[in-house]
Amino acid sequence: MIEIVPAFASVAVHYEPGRVADDALGSRWRSPYERLVESMHVALADLEDSELPTPREVTIPVCYGDSYGPDLGDVASQHELTPREVVALHSGGTYNVYMLGFAPGFAYLGGLPPEIATPRRAEPRTAVPAGSVGIGGSQTGIYPLLLPGGWQLIGRTPLRMFDARREPATLLAVGDRVRFTSITSDEFQRLASA
Amino acid sequence: MDELALRVANLLVGNDERAAALECTLVGPTLRFDDQTLIALGGADLGVTADGKALPLWRPICLPAGATLSAASAVRGCRGYVAIAGGIDVPMVLGSRATYVRASLGGVDGRALRRGDHLPVGVPSELSRRIGAAVAAQRGRERIAIGHWGASASLIPFYTSSVVIRLVDGAHLQLLSAESRGRLWSDEFRIGAQSDRMGYRLEGVPLELTERRELLSEAVTFGTVQLPPGGNPIVLMADRQTTGGYPRIAEVAAVDLPLLAQLKAGDRVRFRSISLEDAQRLYLAREDNIRQVRAAIALRHH
Repeated sequence: MIEIVPAFASVAVHYEPGRVADDALGSRWRSPYERLVESMHVALADLEDSELPTPREVTIPVCYGDSYGPDLGDVASQHELTPREVVALHSGGTYNVYMLGFAPGFAYLGGLPPEIATPRRAEPRTAVPAGSVGIGGSQTGIYPLLLPGGWQLIGRTPLRMFDARREPATLLAVGDRVRFTSITSDEFQRLASA
Repeated sequence: MDELALRVANLLVGNDERAAALECTLVGPTLRFDDQTLIALGGADLGVTADGKALPLWRPICLPAGATLSAASAVRGCRGYVAIAGGIDVPMVLGSRATYVRASLGGVDGRALRRGDHLPVGVPSELSRRIGAAVAAQRGRERIAIGHWGASASLIPFYTSSVVIRLVDGAHLQLLSAESRGRLWSDEFRIGAQSDRMGYRLEGVPLELTERRELLSEAVTFGTVQLPPGGNPIVLMADRQTTGGYPRIAEVAAVDLPLLAQLKAGDRVRFRSISLEDAQRLYLAREDNIRQVRAAIALRHH
């Protein structure tokens, strides 16, 4: 077993075929994949229920609009809302971390109020700054690094979503409950330099 | 990217197969060695010389202290590897010494090397020291000693700019229209200019899906062939993301990844279908070959 990658509704197992290779020869030989699947079935037949840990509550400060969230106005007008109403809806929600993926520290968050669900931009940006908070369809998320991306950017957090020197390196974990809180540009600068 | 070339080059200098080495894409560096050093070159032929003497690929080479190694540009393939006995001793980040430029992680400050960088070399293993001593003993009057043995040609693919890559069916292959599925096996695709260590963008007549389905993101791996809405497939490579939401039409057979990793923008690729079972048989056979090379090197320097 090299790595396990849980996603929304799947778990991927990366394995080294040599470690589950069959000694049998000829017609009795079975591929590493078949042998792995069989051993997984055996393991899965013997599962015990366990209590889920109480979710961690994480609050993410976000400076909404202006250069921090260049698409806030567009998102608001698409829904015939004011930018202030979009911010109130986004920061009023509670979100679940469904999975981590795409880029180091990127959390897929479910629970976006349907009133502000917004399609991705027709033309993705080639460079989205780290910390940008975006809406992509019915999901919201935070870009952990400078990355290309097509989500609608409504704000930015000064928190570091990913830091290899930290343990754990990712700020969010699967199962966390996330809230956003609106901060001013001054507070953003203060937190960013802290 | 070309893990086979990296592993074999490392074996030739007595390293752990996964020791950190230099990967040089299209052009190579000029390196000065402060101390006597055992190295091996693998992957693409970058026309490497040391103090004016041409160096072969896939052989252990003992360089004297103060030697200067220079590389030209790739003749065949596009990625050359320089393995150094003891490995390059940069700090481990998240369990690896690799450089991941997109997140500025690992290697030297998470970036490509530049002129003036100084690379620390780890302590060579006992096997490295024995190989180094044996190669140096063959030196005669030459300053640079080249081993009389090396990796066998059967282990190393012949790099060309037009290759056939075998694909295992992907989870969403059946979403392709019958016509597009036919063309996946008959068309030639070009490696696009936007290709990088994260993914190769393939250009050709766009492939079409019978339906546009919104998929939940799932795991992807080295060699996953994704099909974004535009219809030009993307083959995910070494610096791939962990998960993706585009349909996965195929997975590259692991034994063919080195051939693919040696392609550059403008090169051409055709695909052939292989069963997962056959792909795994080929993989196990190759791993056996590598094990034999490792055993033979250890035996020779016992």
